Amino acid sequence: MVWRHSSPRALLALANGQIFYGIAIGAKETRIGELVFHTATSGYQEILTDPSYCEQLITFSTMSVGNTGINDADNESSRMQALGLIINQQATLAAHHRRTMDLSDYLKQQHCPGLAEVDTRWLVQILRQQGAMAACLTHELTEAEAIHEAQSYHGMKANNLAKQVSTKDAYAWTEGLDGKPIADLPNAPLAVVYDLGVKYSILKHLVHQGFQVKVVPYDTTLETLLALKPDAVVFSNGPGDPAACHELLPIIQHLLIKQIPLLGICLGHQLLALAAGAKTLKMPFGHRGANHPVQDLQTQRVLITSQNHGFAVDDQDFPTSLTTTHRSLFDNTIQGIQHNTAPALGFQGHPEASPGPQEATVIFERFASWVRPRIDG
Amino acid sequence: MPKRSDLRTILVLGSGPIVIGQACEFDYAGVQAIKALRGEGYRVVLVNPNPATIMTDSGLASVVYLAPLTVAELESIIAKEKPNALLPTMGGQTALNCALALAEAGVLARYHVELIGADLSAIRMAEDRDLFRQAMGRIGLSVARSSIANSMDEVLACQADFGFPLVIRPSYTLGGSGGGIAHDMDTLQMICQRGFSLSANHSVLVEESLLGWHEFELELVRDKADNTMIVCSIENMDAVGVHTGDSITVAPQQTLPDREYQQLRNAAIAIMRVIGVDTGGANVQFAVNPQDGRVCVIEMNPRVSRSSALASKATGFPIAKIAALLAIGYTLPELANDMTGGRISAAFEPTLDYIVTKVPRFQFHKFKDADNRLGTQMKSVGESMAIGRCFAESLQKALIGLDENIDGLKPMISAKTLDSTTRAYLQHELQYPGPERIYYLADALRLGMPMAEIAALTHIHPWFIAEIAKIVHAEQGLAGQTYQTLTTQDWQQLKRLGMSDNALAVSLQVEVQAMIAARKQQGILPYFLQVDSCSAEFPASTSYLYATYGGQHQESIPSDKPKILILGSGPNRIGQGIEFDYCCVHAAKSLRALGFDVLMQNNNPETVSTDYDLADKLYFEPITEETVTGIADFEKPDAILAQYGGQTPLRLAKKLEHVGYHLLGTSSHAIALAEDRQRFSDLVASLHLKQPQQQMIGDIPEFLKILPQQGLSLPFPLIARPSYVLGGQSMVIITTIDQLTQYLQGLIAEKSQTSVQLDTYLQGAVEFDVEAIVTPERVQVVAIIEHIDPAGVHSGDSAMILPAQHLTSVEQQNLITQTQQLAKALGVMGLLNVQFAKYQDEFYILEANPRAARTVPLIAKAFNIPLAHLGVLAMVSAMISTTKTQPLIEKAKALLNQVLSSVDASQLLAVPHAIFVKMAVFPFDKFPGIDPWLGPEMRSTGEVMCAGATLTQAFARALQAAKVNLPALPLQVLLSVSHHDKAGVITLAKKLQDLGAHLFATKDTHQLLKHADVVTILVNQGSEKKLNMMDLLESKQINWLILTADDGYISSEANAMRRIANRMGIYLSTSLAYAEQVLDVYHAQSILDYAKASESTTKSH
Repeated sequence: MVWRHSSPRALLALANGQIFYGIAIGAKETRIGELVFHTATSGYQEILTDPSYCEQLITFSTMSVGNTGINDADNESSRMQALGLIINQQATLAAHHRRTMDLSDYLKQQHCPGLAEVDTRWLVQILRQQGAMAACLTHELTEAEAIHEAQSYHGMKANNLAKQVSTKDAYAWTEGLDGKPIADLPNAPLAVVYDLGVKYSILKHLVHQGFQVKVVPYDTTLETLLALKPDAVVFSNGPGDPAACHELLPIIQHLLIKQIPLLGICLGHQLLALAAGAKTLKMPFGHRGANHPVQDLQTQRVLITSQNHGFAVDDQDFPTSLTTTHRSLFDNTIQGIQHNTAPALGFQGHPEASPGPQEATVIFERFASWVRPRIDG
Repeated sequence: MPKRSDLRTILVLGSGPIVIGQACEFDYAGVQAIKALRGEGYRVVLVNPNPATIMTDSGLASVVYLAPLTVAELESIIAKEKPNALLPTMGGQTALNCALALAEAGVLARYHVELIGADLSAIRMAEDRDLFRQAMGRIGLSVARSSIANSMDEVLACQADFGFPLVIRPSYTLGGSGGGIAHDMDTLQMICQRGFSLSANHSVLVEESLLGWHEFELELVRDKADNTMIVCSIENMDAVGVHTGDSITVAPQQTLPDREYQQLRNAAIAIMRVIGVDTGGANVQFAVNPQDGRVCVIEMNPRVSRSSALASKATGFPIAKIAALLAIGYTLPELANDMTGGRISAAFEPTLDYIVTKVPRFQFHKFKDADNRLGTQMKSVGESMAIGRCFAESLQKALIGLDENIDGLKPMISAKTLDSTTRAYLQHELQYPGPERIYYLADALRLGMPMAEIAALTHIHPWFIAEIAKIVHAEQGLAGQTYQTLTTQDWQQLKRLGMSDNALAVSLQVEVQAMIAARKQQGILPYFLQVDSCSAEFPASTSYLYATYGGQHQESIPSDKPKILILGSGPNRIGQGIEFDYCCVHAAKSLRALGFDVLMQNNNPETVSTDYDLADKLYFEPITEETVTGIADFEKPDAILAQYGGQTPLRLAKKLEHVGYHLLGTSSHAIALAEDRQRFSDLVASLHLKQPQQQMIGDIPEFLKILPQQGLSLPFPLIARPSYVLGGQSMVIITTIDQLTQYLQGLIAEKSQTSVQLDTYLQGAVEFDVEAIVTPERVQVVAIIEHIDPAGVHSGDSAMILPAQHLTSVEQQNLITQTQQLAKALGVMGLLNVQFAKYQDEFYILEANPRAARTVPLIAKAFNIPLAHLGVLAMVSAMISTTKTQPLIEKAKALLNQVLSSVDASQLLAVPHAIFVKMAVFPFDKFPGIDPWLGPEMRSTGEVMCAGATLTQAFARALQAAKVNLPALPLQVLLSVSHHDKAGVITLAKKLQDLGAHLFATKDTHQLLKHADVVTILVNQGSEKKLNMMDLLESKQINWLILTADDGYISSEANAMRRIANRMGIYLSTSLAYAEQVLDVYHAQSILDYAKASESTTKSH
């Protein structure tokens, strides 16, 4: 029968022992990692290629994934970053004038497995109630084996994944928001970006704000950094536990003393907080979606933001050197901070959006306003 | 920021009668707004002449005026009530236009009334095409190239510039009235002329065509702190060119990558700001070119709308409620999201983990000769919405929910191969969409037309076509299968796609009951999941549920309290409209007050009944045997209420009883007794009550064989009445054997009826509606209503007088006695409506309706009798008592006795403070080619009701409320009356003469009047050149056509005259009784006087 699926079935085993069967899509691979859920209804390509999803299996709550295929312009890194995806339905046919390939082909090309026709709403509820948990997605293991694999996963805590996903070599970035390279601007200030798993969109926004952008690896030393004479330094988003990235804290502390404008996004925001003496904690199931309301505490204005984080800055023992500038209207977590004596700010959500609402781009504008054009050319 | 304390009284305007393009979504919006405002302690004054609405119920607003929405009436209300503010955004285009008119007349300034929700400049900028275009230019957004034209010359200049096709949109009309797409000069001329006459300021927008672009809508809310949220994105599956109200739409959007979606989101927010909608809701429509992604803004509505009602139901986010609270000063973060029990605030964007599909319901069969091709003018009368876990499921559920007796993607053509004729036919149907394109699309897939070809013809995004193809493939995969060979996984796959049990039974060629048993045996049952606005990220506290086979866990938990399932009325349609929703809403309230757990099942997104907080649980599901039993099997209610939702649930009554469910109130046996014409007729005969002479035709084909020589035992004219219909569907008046033959052949072709009853048509009889409550102890008549239009005009279309004015107390007693006899004999429990005709001083029983009728809300408003509530009490009183239900039954009995003992039967005729007139409104202007005849088949979409100190005054106000423009003086009247009306026309003509009317008459009428010394100008019929009747009408030398025809809708000449009148906008009266009532208005000069009088007669609840 035409409608009878010829695709093999695969299973998802949760560390709590629950098993979900579905249709295997994408690559035939077994993957073990942290299972999280995402509630955005568009932007699967941006999500799957965001390095922050390293070691994560993503449950998409949206009804159908793959409707517009994959295109050349919307990748947030050079490759698929998520371990795998669990969805309700894969589009039968993808169409869009920018489409260059179908999601299923992309998954295969990127060795990424997926599971479709799963009650993802139920999965979301399980994760909401029991917290993000380890899981194993497999087409080959038995239920018992898969559960065992899931239970053996080391977890996110103390897991330094930023180092793992960061670029090996420094590089210059010139592409703006329209995807076109910007010609050399002699007086443009230089922003050095610590790649902790950076999304291309952050780099594009920095170019858009008039920066020359240089991306450096995770292990770039303070000396190497200062030798670049940065006008501003950005600590990017990225995966894993911020507390595991302790070697970056002295660098941040030095920049604060030197009064070099500093922007931390997501993981970078958490690192800024840690450097200033705050603590971070693992959230039960995190924030992953494109509808998160964040209130600017000064203006009371609400920004609808794109979010993807499993750790947050702790309200307990919050240092006096920092001011909280934004809070989540979902759970009141700290969403934005500013240093009281240095030109440094951190934003927990994604001002670069991609996917999601773009109104938090004001963060980039604010940051750029602190940076003067270079005088030395 | 707290709410405003400088406001005390707020005036809210409703949208008036239900018309195409403006339906009960504004009742839903208004109810939410009024509840929210009163909840905040404001005094709310409501003006809305629509009596069928919940919003006009006593107790909701502080003061209710069933008054025409005219500047004069509103000014007198404003003078009396002294509101501080006017909220004009809840009553559709009508209320916005009213607000503009009040401002322009200086009324708002004079009485210091502030507009809240949307200010004048915002309304003007959004509504005026030119201002709107300029505003879009300021924020760098494109609109289709267009120009405002005030004359045909200006239109032609635009055409030279833009070429064809062109879109024409008249300014300031609703539902795109009078608009259209012109592909050539002839249609351009025609559309523009109609557009100029419909436009309030005589202008049309001539626009370059975006035909084939994809259409998206965004629903937004914004607070005074400039926080703006997108509540919902809606994608029209049908491309630009089909009015969004007539399009199949889905939420959320499916075919834009995030980058493109965010572009629309940013644009929508920028538009909200530049237009200046500072607080409240709005809707923005975009066209996106699928080839290159170019975006054009189509329009923006600075108010709640049909789409915002849909968005509210699709997401669970109550836009109207929130918009009302924003209008009085709150900001979004200060307001709670009810879905999550206030765990989060209203400052967020809902995100969906299901897909919502809305499909329009059309009724072209009621408007023969209307152009059924879809365009920029809305033609649908209602909508069905469904929620599913995939598009196939939600689409099929939505289509089944149309209640058009279909089980899914029904085949339209019988061809088995795609030969050239079939291909050409399908290509035409796909390219020029009619109401059934979705089914032709499925046929094209069945016959193997390539998806690319279908996409090219329809401009439908290929994703949708591929999802529909899944359904077709599943259906084709069943060929040669039996239900025994299907595996559990097969069943899951099939049901996930939304295949109904009926459709599967047809494909598998098996009895549906066997199929269902097999499915259940495989453990394939629906899951009931929550609509929570947040994709399960937060626990939901409301029970807004939908069924799906695409789930693996159950979210609905059945309670063990006494429980009743209320079946709603499904999509709005002519004959089954808002009145039934009104009844269901009251049933829910009454039953909850008694202590029942109330489950509401309905699938009409426009309604109050589908508001999430009305019942204990809302099942947003179509009303079919499969879905009702699916829910009932799961919930195990003590009883099901099927008699409040019109014919849709009533048709299921017998089946539900058959599978073991108790019906609340009247049993299916009694329903059948009343609905089956033959059995009812036998019953009336056995009671020795009068009824029109009748003949039952049990076997139509056999009967046709012996006609015309023999078989018919009645004289002409006849009324044909099929069984089990609402709104007089397929009911006609028949005057000749030829017509009878034609009609019966039609019934055979439609396969809708196997038998039909013929009645003698009692010409010129006056009709009365008698309303009663039937309890186990008594039959209490609560109202008698008199019709103005003669019997033969459907009671839904007829103007009515409440209470009846022309009955003696003996006659009244006679009607009461007959109703009581009938109620007992039928075994009715609950509400009963009986229709009588008074003919030559005798009363004849026409029909009995053992269910909620269209008159229920009228009686509530005119007499302050909560009929729907009393009906519920009566039905509960008669319930079978169990330990669980017994205390509730006792409570109902006590309440009922308390109320009924206070009803004084002698008050039925004399209501001291006012006489009410109900008047219907018709959609004839939307269908220029049709014959606006009134007959036994209902054709009105809505109604108004107004009070007056006298009948004439009430009638005059009702005319105004119905927006009927009476012909200006001097009257130029053409009289042409049927044989039956010869006597009456003389008086009428004399009265017309007294008014200085110029009278024209057709031959027979002219002769007759000549004998009575009334001079008329003879007009020639047929092909005669001199003073030809048709020319006279065409040239608009006549402004009032009084035409009564014996021969109903088939008469060619009367038919042609009425068509011209409709097309030319000439006032038409089709009965003398009605014409006389209109004349009285002129005589009493009530038109001039009503404003003064209204102050003393408006009814304040």
